[in-house]
Amino acid sequence: MYIIVVGAGKVGWNLARELLEKNHEVTVIESNRRRYLTVEQELEHNVVYGDASELWVLERAGIQRAELVIAVTGDDEDNMLICQVAREKYEVERIIARVNNPRNRPHFDLLGVKPSVSATDLILRLLEHEVPEYGLVHLLDLQEEQLEIIEMLLGKDSRVTGARVGDLAMPDGSLLISVLREGKGFVPGPDTVLQAGDEVLAVLDPGREDDLKELFGPPAGGNGAG
Amino acid sequence: MFILIVGCGRVGSSVARTMLREGHDVSCLDEDPESHTRLEVGLDRGWEDMGGRFTVGTGLETDALVAAGIEGADAFIASTNGDNTNIVISQIAQRRYEVPTVIARILDPLRAEWYRQQGLHTVCPTRVAIDMLETAVREGAQRDGAKPGDSVEAA
Repeated sequence: MYIIVVGAGKVGWNLARELLEKNHEVTVIESNRRRYLTVEQELEHNVVYGDASELWVLERAGIQRAELVIAVTGDDEDNMLICQVAREKYEVERIIARVNNPRNRPHFDLLGVKPSVSATDLILRLLEHEVPEYGLVHLLDLQEEQLEIIEMLLGKDSRVTGARVGDLAMPDGSLLISVLREGKGFVPGPDTVLQAGDEVLAVLDPGREDDLKELFGPPAGGNGAG
Repeated sequence: MFILIVGCGRVGSSVARTMLREGHDVSCLDEDPESHTRLEVGLDRGWEDMGGRFTVGTGLETDALVAAGIEGADAFIASTNGDNTNIVISQIAQRRYEVPTVIARILDPLRAEWYRQQGLHTVCPTRVAIDMLETAVREGAQRDGAKPGDSVEAA
């Protein structure tokens, strides 16, 4: 696959190296002369010097035949516009944009730049995962496909502790796909009995979180934890 | 008319003063508090005394845009010193806040042209300078009676 990576910072450089190792054809575009010279010593002809905000720089890098453009500069406006131009002007099939400031994410969405990746958001997700007090953890959001996967930890006071999976009144548009118990995961059958301490994974249509929280959480009146 | 100008440099501040003098309501947003001083150049009263508004912040901050009054703006001018910033914030003004008139200053002629085709009202000072220079050179050549190709024949 022919991939253009914009920005030869730590992220872009390492990304390019990994992609080259996987035998992809890669061009990295870097606008800082010193940075370019450093990276060029290793990546040689796979890196070009220029400001990828400028259309002729993108064209010189062969954007017309690129199948994927990844914008990972430290500047959110640059990442947004490079991806917008790649998709809308050059009809590049796939784009990935880095979000530096998570507060800019709505702007990426507004300009139709998806998917976008934010390290800050990823760390926050991990934090949620490590701190189960949050109750329900989003593992994966597939916005285009209108699906998400969530994880919940069953507390002692959960109303489904001790219940058979076959007896659960799962809301429409949701499916229990896996149970993690004592560090091991398995696909539950109708006869699986849920225990306190189980982490359950469910796939669901967006907007079903509250129904699931109610089903798996403590009976009304309890606190939300767990 | 209520005009919001983001980026209060030489261009932005000058447009802001003119529009205020012409009787419009003008609000300026700039990340540099010092740019307020530039606004008042040539004015005999303070910017606020004349009815102008000034907010410190960037055009990417929703809070700053709202504080500067984008929700009630009839016109939005993006005149920061960054092309990319101007293109992004004018699209935000257009799509999210549905400001009726949105104008973006874009120095790069190629991008100005493409975004113009996408429905953005762009002003490209570089394009204007190129056109003026080309006209000036042609006029000079005509005055001297030279025609294209003269220099080749001479060689």
